[in-house]
Amino acid sequence: MTTPPPATEPAATPPPAAEPDEQPGDRRSFGDILRLAIQENTVTITVLALVTATIIGGLLTAFTNTTVLTAWGNFFSAPGNAIGQAWDAAFGTYWALFEGSVFNPHTVAALFQQASFSAAIHDGFLSAVFNPLSETAVQATPLILTGLAVALPYRAGLFNIGGQSQFIGGAIVAAWLGYAYNMPFFVHVVVCCVGAFVGGAALGGLAGEIKARTGAHEVIVTIMLNYVMLYFLAYLLSSHSLMEAPGGSNAITLPITSNAHLPLLAGTHLRINAGFLIALAAALAVWWLLNRTTTGFEFRSIGANVRASRVAGMNVERNWTLVMTISGGLAGLAAATVILGTDFTLNPQSYGTYGIDAITVALLGLGRPGGVVAAGLLFGALHAGSPGMQVATGTPVQIVQVIQALIVLFVAAPPLIRAMYRLRAARVGGLSTTMSKGWNA
Amino acid sequence: MTTPASAERLPVLLSPGPRGDTAAARFGGRFAAPITYALFGLVNILVFGAHAHGDATLSFTPEFAKVSVPNLTLAAAATCYVCGVISIALGVTRLLDVLGVIHLGRVWRRVLVGAVLFLFILALLVWADGGQAIAFNIVNLLSGTLSDSIPIMLGALTGVICSTSGVINIAIEGQLLLGAFCAAIATSATGSLWLGLICGALAGSLVGILLALFAIAYRVDQVVLGVVLNTLVLGLTGYLYNALLTGTYSNTLNNPNTFNPFKIPLLGDIPIIGPVFFDGTVFLYITYIVLAGTQFGLTRTRWGLRTRAVGEHPVAADTVGIRVLAYRYRNVILAGLIAGIGGAYFTIGSVGSFGPDMTSGEGYIALAAMIFGRYTPFGAIGAALLFGFTTQLQSVLSSINVPIQSNLLLLAPYVVTIIVVAGLVGKVRGPRAEGVPFIKS
Repeated sequence: MTTPPPATEPAATPPPAAEPDEQPGDRRSFGDILRLAIQENTVTITVLALVTATIIGGLLTAFTNTTVLTAWGNFFSAPGNAIGQAWDAAFGTYWALFEGSVFNPHTVAALFQQASFSAAIHDGFLSAVFNPLSETAVQATPLILTGLAVALPYRAGLFNIGGQSQFIGGAIVAAWLGYAYNMPFFVHVVVCCVGAFVGGAALGGLAGEIKARTGAHEVIVTIMLNYVMLYFLAYLLSSHSLMEAPGGSNAITLPITSNAHLPLLAGTHLRINAGFLIALAAALAVWWLLNRTTTGFEFRSIGANVRASRVAGMNVERNWTLVMTISGGLAGLAAATVILGTDFTLNPQSYGTYGIDAITVALLGLGRPGGVVAAGLLFGALHAGSPGMQVATGTPVQIVQVIQALIVLFVAAPPLIRAMYRLRAARVGGLSTTMSKGWNA
Repeated sequence: MTTPASAERLPVLLSPGPRGDTAAARFGGRFAAPITYALFGLVNILVFGAHAHGDATLSFTPEFAKVSVPNLTLAAAATCYVCGVISIALGVTRLLDVLGVIHLGRVWRRVLVGAVLFLFILALLVWADGGQAIAFNIVNLLSGTLSDSIPIMLGALTGVICSTSGVINIAIEGQLLLGAFCAAIATSATGSLWLGLICGALAGSLVGILLALFAIAYRVDQVVLGVVLNTLVLGLTGYLYNALLTGTYSNTLNNPNTFNPFKIPLLGDIPIIGPVFFDGTVFLYITYIVLAGTQFGLTRTRWGLRTRAVGEHPVAADTVGIRVLAYRYRNVILAGLIAGIGGAYFTIGSVGSFGPDMTSGEGYIALAAMIFGRYTPFGAIGAALLFGFTTQLQSVLSSINVPIQSNLLLLAPYVVTIIVVAGLVGKVRGPRAEGVPFIKS
């Protein structure tokens, strides 16, 4: 039975229609809706979504594996073998993912086989034990930052699909400052990071400003900006007079100077670097901004109800521009952590799939900074483990993208999960309520 | 009891917000059109005219044509100057119209836009071919444009139908990609191109079913949902491609035939028009049929009237007995068939075998074309052709070694889209209930 919200008549309607209708013109942000759902059983839903996506991913790995398919071809003569092969394929994949992202027992064995402990440490065997975790952190860093770049505007009711363009904007500035100038050690890193923030913020701000001035939907503007920046980057890297490294014909910049590298955190054998701290700090800053400042209150208020905020005297347009600027800056910072932390050059593929991954991170993170960090670490682990998994089991790395999309799909549709697991609905509607706006809103 | 939609969307009661006429006025206002025309004229004169030299030859006959049309040889610089002067004259005409001296009807205004665009392209081509030994084949350019635009056109028509029914479809990209994938596999496995076409269409429809289910039944935010579905399809096809189509099965599962062009008798022999419009693959003719069907269906049939009612004011539609949800389900799923056919074009219509992410964002371009085309079938087709034209122009120009940055040319349509979308807001409204779930009370 449904629990009707206060100030409405007892729900005489069937459960799917028992929408909390005390707020006609529902314009709550995804975050607020999520918060509402959290008071009930969102944790359960999220966990079940993870489990479901894992199971489906496992089935997919098992039944696209040629060995397994052959075994199932002989199902009636050897059913045990068929099931066993399927289990092995799925479990092997997940175990390889785990080994690549969290802990690999072989590395510990190798550590203890060394003659002396200090020599083992010197040769990097101790580092090897922590390498999976380090890789997870390295992969999670840009995911957290770009995830924040989606989550923050989401709280203000905007959907930023332009992570890619803002990432490229930041990457261009960071790389250019990195290779074209020589500055003292600490100063150079800071200048590059600030530059990347500004580069991303410029693009985010542009999208926000267009929305604020004309009302053009930010989704279409940011998608178009993604392509603009993609070709602009290719253009910059296509000519020696622009950013292409002299001498070669590869579309790649000069390597950035070592003074502009982000400092490593755990010795030279591990790639974990200060970028991870930047990501955590940014998450903290976004939390503080949203929950402890007037600006953040205005963001959330606008996300909850644009018209009420306007009536209350908030400058909605200025806040749209502001939130998109900050968000663009966060995506730019993500680029800085990639360019200055791991890649050290800029090429036409530097932007990877961060634009899309960011959306899944933000949605799984329920639009909240803490959630984004957790989701970023989870997906970072998947990314860190996937290359090793492909080598070890032959399962293509794209399985990670499938699992990510499935998780978010299930998280976004709690009624489906409830129906699947026969959960008692605490309140129908909850998370499934939408932002209710069209292109021109 | 009302839905959130109805109270929210009553047009008269809404405060205009940052859009409407004020926005247009701020964005350059009434003088935007004449100024733009004059700017195009100046570019024709100062950029193309000043740098053009020699004669340009434009040919209008494809190879092996029965009827040949004589080539047109123009003095490059003079042609550019003439184009520029005419454009400026048209700008002045438009200015007089704005000032109220003369009155141009809606039709004439559109003719002016078309004329200015035509003159600009003519000047560009003449400048590009000026002094070159090879004649510039206009017919090849146009027929290439038409066939390259097929997926964008079909995707945009899908978008038009979904939007008109009140559902935002961002999953066009996913529909195209899955259509391409399934068509390739089905054709390879069975050897039947028509079966491949049908499977491609069904694949598009499958994504449509997911979209409809989550958007209509679970009321997930439709913009988010579309992006997540795209990610899911991207990951799934990429995964299956690597797991199944690269190794043992690559010859049996990813090696389809392609449709041959079919020239319509008589019509196909008309000079210029024939080879462009009546000498293509079956996809081109399907596009004509779908375009005609959509236009006729939406504006002249009971189905169209009801669909528009469902998208504009679901409560009213429900009151008069139209089954809103059933209409939305049916339209979204049927529209998926169209995008699926568009996806099939990528494999069995042009290159044959499937490659990961081979649609490369054309679904998003289709989305932009839909908005650009003011949610009308013919407008969407026109916008889709504009995108196809720039891509085609870029490849033709780079093949004749024109000193123009291909990346900047590729970037141009996206910038134009941003400007147009920003400028059109307030003048164009999508269906009022687009993206707003309907909750029957």
